[in-house]
Amino acid sequence: MAGESAVTTRSKVEQSLGRRRRKESIFRILGIASTLVGVLFLLVFFWTLIGQGASAFMQTFIEIEVEFSEDILAPSGELDLAYADFDAIARNALRKKFPDVSSRSERRELNQLISVGAGYQIKDAIAGDPDLLGTTLLMQVPAAANVDMVIKENIDRNLGEDRRPVSDSQMGWIDALIADGSLVSKFNVALFTNGDSREPELAGIRGALMGSFYMLLITIALAFPIGAAAAIYLEEFAPKNRWSDLIEVNINNLAAVPSIVFGLLGLAVFINWMSIPRSAPLVGGLVLSLLTLPVIIIAARAAIKAVPPSIREAALGLGASKMQVVFHHVMPLAMPGMLTGTIIGMSRALGESAPLLMIGMVAFIVDVPAGFSDPATALPVQIYLWADSPERAFAERTSAAIIVLLGFLLAMNLAAVIIRKKVERKW
Amino acid sequence: MQITTLTLIIAAMAAGAFYFGRERSLSVASGPSRMQSLHSLPGYYGYYTAIWALLPAMGLLLAWNLIEPRVIVGLIVQGLPDAEQSMSPGELNLLINNIRNLANGDVVSGEVGTVLQDAAARYLEYARAGRWMLAVLTIGLATLCASLAWRRITPKFRARNHVERVISSLLIAASSIAILTTIGIVMSVLFEAIRFFREVPLSEFLFGLNWSPQTAIRADQVGSSGSFGAVPLFTGTLLITGIAMSIAVPVGLMTAIYLAEYSSTRIRTITKPILEILAGIPTVVYGFFAALTVAPVVRRVGESMGFEVASESALAAGLVMGIMIIPLVSSLSDDAINSVPRAMRDGALALGSTRSETMTKVILPAALPGIVGGILLAVSRAIGETMIVVMAAGLSANLTANPLEAVTTVTVQIVTLLVGDQEFDSAKTLAAFALGLMLFLITLGLNVLGIYVVRKYREEYE
Repeated sequence: MAGESAVTTRSKVEQSLGRRRRKESIFRILGIASTLVGVLFLLVFFWTLIGQGASAFMQTFIEIEVEFSEDILAPSGELDLAYADFDAIARNALRKKFPDVSSRSERRELNQLISVGAGYQIKDAIAGDPDLLGTTLLMQVPAAANVDMVIKENIDRNLGEDRRPVSDSQMGWIDALIADGSLVSKFNVALFTNGDSREPELAGIRGALMGSFYMLLITIALAFPIGAAAAIYLEEFAPKNRWSDLIEVNINNLAAVPSIVFGLLGLAVFINWMSIPRSAPLVGGLVLSLLTLPVIIIAARAAIKAVPPSIREAALGLGASKMQVVFHHVMPLAMPGMLTGTIIGMSRALGESAPLLMIGMVAFIVDVPAGFSDPATALPVQIYLWADSPERAFAERTSAAIIVLLGFLLAMNLAAVIIRKKVERKW
Repeated sequence: MQITTLTLIIAAMAAGAFYFGRERSLSVASGPSRMQSLHSLPGYYGYYTAIWALLPAMGLLLAWNLIEPRVIVGLIVQGLPDAEQSMSPGELNLLINNIRNLANGDVVSGEVGTVLQDAAARYLEYARAGRWMLAVLTIGLATLCASLAWRRITPKFRARNHVERVISSLLIAASSIAILTTIGIVMSVLFEAIRFFREVPLSEFLFGLNWSPQTAIRADQVGSSGSFGAVPLFTGTLLITGIAMSIAVPVGLMTAIYLAEYSSTRIRTITKPILEILAGIPTVVYGFFAALTVAPVVRRVGESMGFEVASESALAAGLVMGIMIIPLVSSLSDDAINSVPRAMRDGALALGSTRSETMTKVILPAALPGIVGGILLAVSRAIGETMIVVMAAGLSANLTANPLEAVTTVTVQIVTLLVGDQEFDSAKTLAAFALGLMLFLITLGLNVLGIYVVRKYREEYE
């Protein structure tokens, strides 16, 4: 009886073995597949991002012979920078390359090949060196965004004329310019030195970068000391009572509150109640410090907790006061951990955009902000603004701005990892 | 005098106070063993004087900057002729803005009359007088307090205890900021939301099926009242959250299981940082990717299969949001799985169960509360996520469960209602705060529950 049942159990197990092994391998494959989802997404993401954005770091320039004509620049005999028609100089220079273009509409189409930035460049040249008046100079002026897009093959030449933004005759001129070597591709300096612009070829991220910089400055100046102080209090001094529990629950919850709610807080408290100017990095910095505070507090508490109690006891035993123990012994040992936490909090603040939309940092701002109360925008918000622009050239620049943003985030996280590795202590 | 200069001056005065306080302690200490007759180290006497130079003056500076604009406006209004004083608050506000703009040399709307000129001149005068008064007061206060503190220094004076008491109250103040922030959030959304519910009944907001917040300018135009039924927003949010979670939960959970149970250490050390990169990408970047890369692909695939896909479909936004949440789910599940005692796992394996059976029949049931808590936190994250939906989901409030149609979410509506210039007391603007209140309450509930479950569960096996 007993032997028989043992055999049946055994055979049952053996019968089921194949099925169980199959299940096991399916489960394993599912696991591998899931892990690959994340990795593959990242690959596709970076592939498309770099594919779209890398070309934005180069910009097409047209080489033209600029004649600083006295008729236009100094009609009254005096050099007149305020009212002179610099665009006309650029237009004339381009027209010299195509002498047979005569009709009005054709000339207008031809003029569309150079950027409005050409006029500014000519103005700067003559302002820097008034002796240029009356002479001719070979200059490389930015080409219009559409020319740039044709060169980078972002506009499909094979589409019908009515389906692309560049007309057939413009395409012909571009080919002619390519043939005589007047189209040159150079590093896109404007992307890093200019503020925002409606013209893609002139738009840059300098203003957004400076806005982000000022905001992060405020954020780090507020969030690090406050976060460190709060962590010290909660870890070292707080009595175990209702109040400490309340603070604890609050911090954990604030870390998970949607960032847009912090934007509402900033709008209602800082702008409407304290009447700090809208769009200023000051408000953005305040909101971002509140946003990163929980992150920093949680990281700093972990760092303080990691300092072994024996250090505290030794210092207390030698007669140090509680405050001296904390500030002379615990703090220096916990500092690397606090700093890594702060850097990670800062990188979160740098990538944050939703609360900034609430406090008016989405305006179109051309000037590079020069202080904490100038209207400004931030790098992620600039990405949001450009992503909304319909021009093909802005899509390319958005990708480039994203690459720059990710570069900064990568650098910050690397710094955090290096600090952690360098100063990490095993007790 | 600029605020920054004033701050620098006060900081310099504090440094000076430190020096004088320290010197004084050394000079009052007498006798053969000078240092031992002092209660505290000389530095503490320095800190004591410096604190008294710094804190009251900085407090005054802060309070002054909060109050000054109001006082000046009040004075200006009092000085205006009676006709202007009896204007409605809105008009008065406009007038004051104009006065301020004129004084600052900005563009003024409307023509500049003598009243405006006078007021602007007085505005400048008050502002200048205020700045000088502030400078004199703060510097005077710093000097007075520091010298009083300096005079109190005697060898018996317990400077260290004083300094430590101040520092400890600063520490308490710093940790209370978390509570102040929460109170600030609740206050700022609650007050505006209450004003909103005075205009639009709560029942209409919670159960109304029609959302079109555009209010006409004149009362006799079509749609003059706007309608504020938020149900389409809630369903839209749920739809996108649902799509995101149906990606993030299985993928994140299986990733955590694979990395905890199956993978070699080498694969783990490579894969974990990669997933962390996924968590570190800013949401605006995900939004860009969703709108420009994923949405067209979803549309093409859908249309090739014969479906009609909106260009801003819920599916594209949900898919990308799901990917974004994978690392959150996988790291919280990883924590939960790893905190199941090893003995349970080894016991199951020793009884002959396969690794997948150990996982599904022993470890997962044991880790379930922790995983559920993690999922709650992930849901809260998905509901509050803004940039992806702003960029990739639509604006039209459709009441639908079809993932191929465009829907809108609570966060999208908050952004669209509040971005750009608008009057601050229209129902349209206030509606954003009512939505913000709902968002805060729902995520608060999910967070508190999630944190509680995770925490409670973690303790169980410790």
